[in-house]
Amino acid sequence: MARMKFLCDADRCIECNACVTACKNEHEVPWGINRRRVVTINDGKPGERSISMACMHCTDAPCAAVCPVNCFYTTADAVVLHSKDLCIGCGYCFYACPFGAPQYPKVGNFGSRGKMDKCTYCAGGPEADGSKEEYEKYGANRLAEGKLPLCAEMCSTKSLLAGDGEIIAQIYKERVMKRGYGSGAWGWKTAYRETIES
Amino acid sequence: MVSFAKFVRAAVWACALLLLIVAAPAPVGAQQVNPTASAVKERQLLQELNRIQGRVSIPDQRSGVLEQPQGREWREFHNVTLRWIGGVAIIGMLAVLVIFYLTRGMVRLESGRSGRTIVRFNTYERFVHWMTATCFIILAISGLNITFGRPLLLPLIGFEAFSEWSLWAKYAHNYLSFPFTIGVVLILLMWIGGNIPNKVDVEWMKRGGGIVGHDHPPAYRFNAGQKAIYWIVVIGGGFVAASGYVLMFPFYTTGIEGMQLAQIVHSIVAVLFVAAMIAHIYIGTIGMEGAFEAMGSGEVDVNWAREHHSLWLDEQMARTGPNDGQPQPATAAAE
Repeated sequence: MARMKFLCDADRCIECNACVTACKNEHEVPWGINRRRVVTINDGKPGERSISMACMHCTDAPCAAVCPVNCFYTTADAVVLHSKDLCIGCGYCFYACPFGAPQYPKVGNFGSRGKMDKCTYCAGGPEADGSKEEYEKYGANRLAEGKLPLCAEMCSTKSLLAGDGEIIAQIYKERVMKRGYGSGAWGWKTAYRETIES
Repeated sequence: MVSFAKFVRAAVWACALLLLIVAAPAPVGAQQVNPTASAVKERQLLQELNRIQGRVSIPDQRSGVLEQPQGREWREFHNVTLRWIGGVAIIGMLAVLVIFYLTRGMVRLESGRSGRTIVRFNTYERFVHWMTATCFIILAISGLNITFGRPLLLPLIGFEAFSEWSLWAKYAHNYLSFPFTIGVVLILLMWIGGNIPNKVDVEWMKRGGGIVGHDHPPAYRFNAGQKAIYWIVVIGGGFVAASGYVLMFPFYTTGIEGMQLAQIVHSIVAVLFVAAMIAHIYIGTIGMEGAFEAMGSGEVDVNWAREHHSLWLDEQMARTGPNDGQPQPATAAAE
């Protein structure tokens, strides 16, 4: 099985937010929740870079480690998923996540955040693949249909890459070799404890 | 002249060649500008601030924080350090109390019961105590569940049942924090008069109190041990309440790193608080004969008061006299 990863080539990202829109539409993500967002660093200054970020599906995921009810699980593709039936909305995954991935439907006062929602790598949840229940809770399960996450598929500059970590790392390395520069695989060191040397 | 012309020509050629060699990379360099030369670098940003923040165009401005790896340290605290601190504090306290009970046993009333009682805590004081105590026990169990439930309780009852119980425990934890906080404030106000440390406490501590030592050093209404419990409740309660509300109202006062810190303060103070309260419960029940009545019926035996709070008894006797076993409304009202 492949080890699925995301890679955002910051030197290509043009901050068009198509990945954000694609994600929201594909999964009918409720208002106020963004499973993916584009962050622009040094906005308007020389050296500005935009990075599309969502759940990175970390190796040895911190969210899963701190969850008091153990509602996370990792699929054979190394995608980190969770059960909304088990989630108690305590917010601990949000404290532990390095990427701000966990989202909550409510503001969260008095601990009433509601069930946590995050990027599923377009892989649904614990319900039967492609079922109505799965769609309502987690959105589409593209992986079960043999497709990759829509955010990366939609990316107009092919900045955002999704797929087997080794293959997307190879693609990125070739790009860096050809064009002669690359600002690195953002978040990889934190998420996967390894980075792409370029 | 010919040779000179040759020399000049050769020199020009040489210069041109040199110029070509020197200048050659320049046009290539101009074509291939390295745009990352001035670009932001992840590692550099992380080293500078330990987090990367930028601008987002979605309404949720908090999502502008791209990366903050210190969640790893918080995870280490929550999953390892806290479990050690909590485990050692609580199991250690229980072990100490069991050993203490087996060696020392219940601290008996040496002079037996006189049959006469004196009001120690009035209805209002007992109400505040038990309101705070009830909330504390539920808060402690539901709080310990968050830290220790996953390794200890989840394997026993299964995912669904544990999740359901934890959800209700979380609601209880959040909502009972309000009466608990009110209780701590009322405790602070109503007993502060008797809990200011003084010289009597030094003597009491030197003689090991009535529980470790075997004599009965004099004490006013609250001895040094009780004063310690009072200040643990007031200061510890203050810390858990403040840090708890930071967690309950996310992003009102602080960002993620502040909430991690609040959780660290909340949990460390809470487990130590639980350990201290286990000792308090022990002394108030099986640890000392006649002690529970103070918070149970509110009246203690005069001999108990003489042994454990001699100076307080003298004060009370001077004011009202003992109850003679009959509750005197006038005394209760005067309290």
